[in-house]
Amino acid sequence: MQRYTLNILLVLACLGLVLLTWQNMLDSYVLTVLMLMGINIIFASSLNLVNGYMGEFSCGHGGFMCVGAYVGSVLSVICFSSNKILGAALLPPALAPWCFPLILLASGFAAALFGLLVALPSLRTRGDYLAIITIAANYIIISLIENVDVIGGPRGLSGMKRTINAMQDVLDIPWMLIWVIVGTIFSLVLLRRLVTSTRGKGIPAVCQNEVAAEIMGVNTDRVKITAFMFSSALAGVAGALSAHVFGYVNAQAFNILKSTEGLVMVYLGGMASLSGSVLAAVVFTLLVEALRFAIPAMDGLLHAVHLLPADFALSQIWKWVLIPLLLILLMQFRPEGIMGNRELSDVFPRLRRWYTFN
Amino acid sequence: MALLEIADLSQRFGGLQALADFNFRLQEREFVGLIGPNGAGKTTVFNLVSGFYVPTEGEIRFNGASTRGLKPHRVTALGIARTFQNIRLWNDMSVLDNIRLAQHYWLGYSLWDVLARTRRYSETERRVDAQSQEILEIMDLKACAGEFPKNLPYGLQRRVELARALAIKPRLLLLDEPAAGLNSADVDGLIRLVRWIYSEFNISIWMIEHQMQVVMSLCERILVLDFGRIIAEGSPEQIQANPEVIGAYLGDGAV
Repeated sequence: MQRYTLNILLVLACLGLVLLTWQNMLDSYVLTVLMLMGINIIFASSLNLVNGYMGEFSCGHGGFMCVGAYVGSVLSVICFSSNKILGAALLPPALAPWCFPLILLASGFAAALFGLLVALPSLRTRGDYLAIITIAANYIIISLIENVDVIGGPRGLSGMKRTINAMQDVLDIPWMLIWVIVGTIFSLVLLRRLVTSTRGKGIPAVCQNEVAAEIMGVNTDRVKITAFMFSSALAGVAGALSAHVFGYVNAQAFNILKSTEGLVMVYLGGMASLSGSVLAAVVFTLLVEALRFAIPAMDGLLHAVHLLPADFALSQIWKWVLIPLLLILLMQFRPEGIMGNRELSDVFPRLRRWYTFN
Repeated sequence: MALLEIADLSQRFGGLQALADFNFRLQEREFVGLIGPNGAGKTTVFNLVSGFYVPTEGEIRFNGASTRGLKPHRVTALGIARTFQNIRLWNDMSVLDNIRLAQHYWLGYSLWDVLARTRRYSETERRVDAQSQEILEIMDLKACAGEFPKNLPYGLQRRVELARALAIKPRLLLLDEPAAGLNSADVDGLIRLVRWIYSEFNISIWMIEHQMQVVMSLCERILVLDFGRIIAEGSPEQIQANPEVIGAYLGDGAV
C-alpha cells in the first residue's frame, strides 16, 4: 500500500481540483493558470526528449505546437461549429466528448508528421547546423499557416469554445481541465515508458556517443526519427489543448518566443530529467503569471520614486527581456539546471518507497 | 567456407589511397593480428568491415553474404562486434545499461509495445536483463554494474567495452588496439582476459595492436599493413623474422 501513496495522492489532488472547479469554487483565472501549467509540462517534457535525452538543440518546438493547435482547432470547428468558410457543423454536438480525444490524437499525429521536417535533416546533420534547421522549421510552419486564409490567416482562428460548450451540454463537468489533466498524465507516462525501455535508451546513447551506438547495433536513424516525431506529437497535443483552453489560436503565438519559453523550462529543470521539466514548467508558469502583477507594481514604484521619466511606462513586453535574461543567468551559473541528468528519485532515493510508476 | 572473406578491397579518401587490393580470409575460430606503422590503414580496414565506410572497390563477405550497403548496426546484427582504440562507452549510463543497450539489435518489440508495456515488451526486457547479468557475471563486472563508466579506472573501462561487445553474441570480434593506454600490469591482465575470452566463447578474433608482446602472445596468424598494402602475412615467428616488416617499422636503412 505504501508503494502507492504518491499515486493515490496525485489522483486525489486531480479529483479534488475537478471537484472544486465543478462546484465553481475555483477562480477562473486560477483555473486557466493551472491548465496552462499542464500544457507547459507537456511542452517542456516533450522538448526535453530531444534537447535533453538526445542532446540535439531544437529551438523550434513552438512550431510543432502550432501545427497541433491549428489541426485541433480546424477539426474542432469543422466538426462542431458553423463557420462562414469551413461550413456548417458536421457532427451532432452530442458526439463532442467522444470526438475530442480523437481530435487531440489527430493533432499529435499531424505534428509528428511535421516533426519529419526536422527529423530527416537530423540524419545527416548535428549540433549547431541542426539547431538552425529547427528555427527554420519553426518559421516555415508559422508562415505556412499565416498564409492560408481559410483558417484565418494572420487574424487567427476561433470557435473552439463551441466544442467545449457541446461537451458541457452532454455532461456538465469541467471538460477542459479534465482533458488537460489526462493529456499531461498520458504524456508523462508515455515519455517515462519510452526513456526507461531498453529501446528508448538508444536516445541517450545517440547523445553520448553516436558512433558507438551505431556500431553496437542501435539503429540511430530510427532512434532519431522516433525521438523527433514523438516529441513533436506531444507538442502538438499540447497545442491542441491550449487552443481549446483559450478558445482562440494565432500562429504568431507559437513563434520563436514560444520555443524560447520551452528552452527556458527545459534548461531550468535540467537536461534528461522528466521530473525536472515538470518542476520547471510549474515554476515557470507561476513566474510568468507573477510578472503580470510584478511589472505594473514595479512601474508604479519606479514612478513614485521618480526613477523613471513620466512618459515612460514599464509594459508587459518586459517579460521578453526578463525570461531570456533568466536563460542567460541559468547558463552562467547553473548550466545543468535544477535537476541536471537526475530525476527527483535520484536526489531523494527514499521517495522510491512511496510510488509505483511503470 | 571462410567466416570473413575480403576480396580486392580498396578505399580512397579524395586523393589518398588509404587501402589498396586488400585480400584476406579469416576462418572460423581463428585469432588473427593486424599490425603496421601508424597511418598504415589498419583502422580503415575495421571501419570498412564494420560498415562504417562504404568501400571504393572490392567486396566483404561475412558468412557467405556480402555486407555492401549495410549500415553498421545491420553488420553488427550479423555477428560482428567491435571495440575502439579510444574507448567509446556511454559514459552517463550505468555499466549495466551499457550492456543492456548492446542487445538493441535483437529487441524486436515495437514502439507500441514500449508505450503499452505489452507482454512481449516485459518478456523481452526480462531476457535482456538475464543476459546482461550473465555477461556481467562472466566478465567479473557485477561489482560495478551500477557505476558510470566515466568513474571507472581505464583498465576496467576496457573490460566493460569488451563485455559490451560480447553482449552482442558476436561470431567475429574486432579489437582495435585493446592495449592502448594500459600500463604493463594491465597489459598482462588484458592478454589473459582476451585469451580466456577466445577459449571460452565460440568466436573468431581479429585484433589491431601495436604492442608486440600482446600480438605475439595471442595471435595465430599476423597480417602486416604498410601504406595501405599487405606487405607480409604469416605466423608470429615468420613475421618477426621478415625483413620487409622490420624495414617498415624501423626504416629501410636499418635492414
